[in-house]
Amino acid sequence: MDLTTLTYLVVGASFALYIGIAFWSKAQGTGDFYVAGKHVHPVANGMATAADWMSAASFISMAGLIAFLGYDGSVYLMGWTGGYVLLALLLAPYLRKFGKYTVPEFIGERYYSQTARVVAVVCLIIISFTYVAGQMRGVGIVFSRFLGVDITTGLLVGMGIVFFYAVLGGMKGITYTQVAQYCVLIFAYTVPAVFVSLQVTGVAVPQIAFGSTVADGGAWLLVTLDRIVTDLGFPAYTSGTKSGIDVFFITLALMIGTAGLPHVVVRFFTVPRVRDARISAGYALLFIAILYTTAPGVGAIARLNLTTTMQTGPVGAPDGNLVYEERPQWFRTWEETGLLSFDDKNADGRIQYYNDANPEFAERAAEYGWEGNELTVDRDIIVLANPEIAGLPNWVVALVAAGGIAAALSTAAGLLLVISAAISHDITKGVIAPHISEKRELLIGRISAGVAILMAGYLGYDPPGFVAQVVAFAFGIAAASLFPAILLGIFSRRVNREGAIAGMLVGLVFTVSYIVYFKFGVDAATGNDPANWLFGISPEGIGALGAMLNLAVAISVSALTARPPEDVRELVDRIRTPR
Amino acid sequence: MKPRTYWQENLRLVAGCLAVWFVVSFGFGILLVDELNRIPLGGFRLGFWFAQQGSIYVFLALIFFYAWRMGRLDRKHGVEEEED
Repeated sequence: MDLTTLTYLVVGASFALYIGIAFWSKAQGTGDFYVAGKHVHPVANGMATAADWMSAASFISMAGLIAFLGYDGSVYLMGWTGGYVLLALLLAPYLRKFGKYTVPEFIGERYYSQTARVVAVVCLIIISFTYVAGQMRGVGIVFSRFLGVDITTGLLVGMGIVFFYAVLGGMKGITYTQVAQYCVLIFAYTVPAVFVSLQVTGVAVPQIAFGSTVADGGAWLLVTLDRIVTDLGFPAYTSGTKSGIDVFFITLALMIGTAGLPHVVVRFFTVPRVRDARISAGYALLFIAILYTTAPGVGAIARLNLTTTMQTGPVGAPDGNLVYEERPQWFRTWEETGLLSFDDKNADGRIQYYNDANPEFAERAAEYGWEGNELTVDRDIIVLANPEIAGLPNWVVALVAAGGIAAALSTAAGLLLVISAAISHDITKGVIAPHISEKRELLIGRISAGVAILMAGYLGYDPPGFVAQVVAFAFGIAAASLFPAILLGIFSRRVNREGAIAGMLVGLVFTVSYIVYFKFGVDAATGNDPANWLFGISPEGIGALGAMLNLAVAISVSALTARPPEDVRELVDRIRTPR
Repeated sequence: MKPRTYWQENLRLVAGCLAVWFVVSFGFGILLVDELNRIPLGGFRLGFWFAQQGSIYVFLALIFFYAWRMGRLDRKHGVEEEED
């Protein structure tokens, strides 16, 4: 069977599964729609959280990101996992004890203020929409690469599927489809990773393989990799190029941001008990760690593979580089998609892949007769082409397509649900029409989920230039606005309405302005220069500083204004104990 | 000496766990990475290993450890949830 037919079959089968689950888990009331009736087993919630959390970017792009960044890529590995420690220790059990439906609802009640609730809704919507646009785009891209349909068709099919199970099943439908999606994506990720590790190092476990020796030469893989890439003018793989303070702040911003992302936090509202919320965060991180500890192994091995494929002999030898006409089959396949491209600058018919942006290497390159780097590689190819590089059968390639789509759909659905819950529960039921019946509220929830899907689809179809750039900053905004407000709401009995609102606004405005200034305000090519950054912190890491500002403002303003009323202090005492 | 309350014991446990969380990631993986990189761990350099593998394993252990200790603490103070 040819690859396209097989891919259609595998992707189609996964869709049939998701739709089947949607019918089986139709939401009966608002409790089902917002928090799956609080009946989700902690292990199932762990899997659902993992799928909710791991987006198209985690699945398709992260290993490639690490492959080309080396040590600097560690910020994503630590940042996107360390946040779960904060979530498990500082937020999840208490929010579960609170026992309501949404994050803004907690903020509104704890700070006895509709204004605080509305501010939280605004933060939530900014965070979730920037994030979801990237996911819808991801769905379209996976479709177009694997099934040869255009991005718009892929996008429409993806929207249709999400529409079906998110609108029908709400949180209940999403939870159980996410469990299925996790299984699909983790299988699709690990199978090629194991085979590639075996081929290159003889060790089947990627986590260990990249600390082993390469199968033929006997040298350590990472030592070999460091030597080869530095010979070609790239920075050493295992050392960093970013400044220490920036690495520190980016990691911190990603961690705090992860713990403050509403679609992740709300998953812990769905388990039956407080202690389930604690352990469920552990399962979530376990399921995430399976992918996140595999990715750096895949990245290092793929970087070595790619480099040695192009640099077949000693650096600088006239016959040391791959002859273009003799390139492997996977190179030809991915050349057609534009993810790989070759430009024979010195017209010798061979591929020179090196760092031509390194001035210290330029002289040597000139001696070799090299006239610039000739190979352009899209980082996504590291995961997408992995099965072909490893020579795996077509069904594995088809599975990677289904895995990429599962990763994008599961994250998109989780985000769309928190958006619709914020509109139907926080805005409609909470502020505009408190006496609305449950049936009407459920209907409004479904309608707003539908509208949110259409808007997200539009953003994915025609992303305004800034969306793609802003996705990474959803973390900064979550870190600077929601996380400190929730944290103080649990760990302080003194922080009051005035403090929390002031803190959230200062954190949000500071972080958004810093990002907008450096990414869009100044000339991005020259103005976004480390020399101009505040304390040397890049826009990616500024959310951590925003969070600190938020905390400082909230505590100071509270100290100068009245204590929270007695019933709020009792609420805080109540959420601090499981019973 | 007055026995510690449930909340005080919880705060001590959280503080201890977060100290470990900070040391393995920000400490070993970022601030001390160059020093630790002089130490080999198989084919890894230790600082690099903590940044890309070790810190994640420790995070995982921390959450399960915290959940287990909190279960004990809940029972000690009689605030555990009912079985169903």
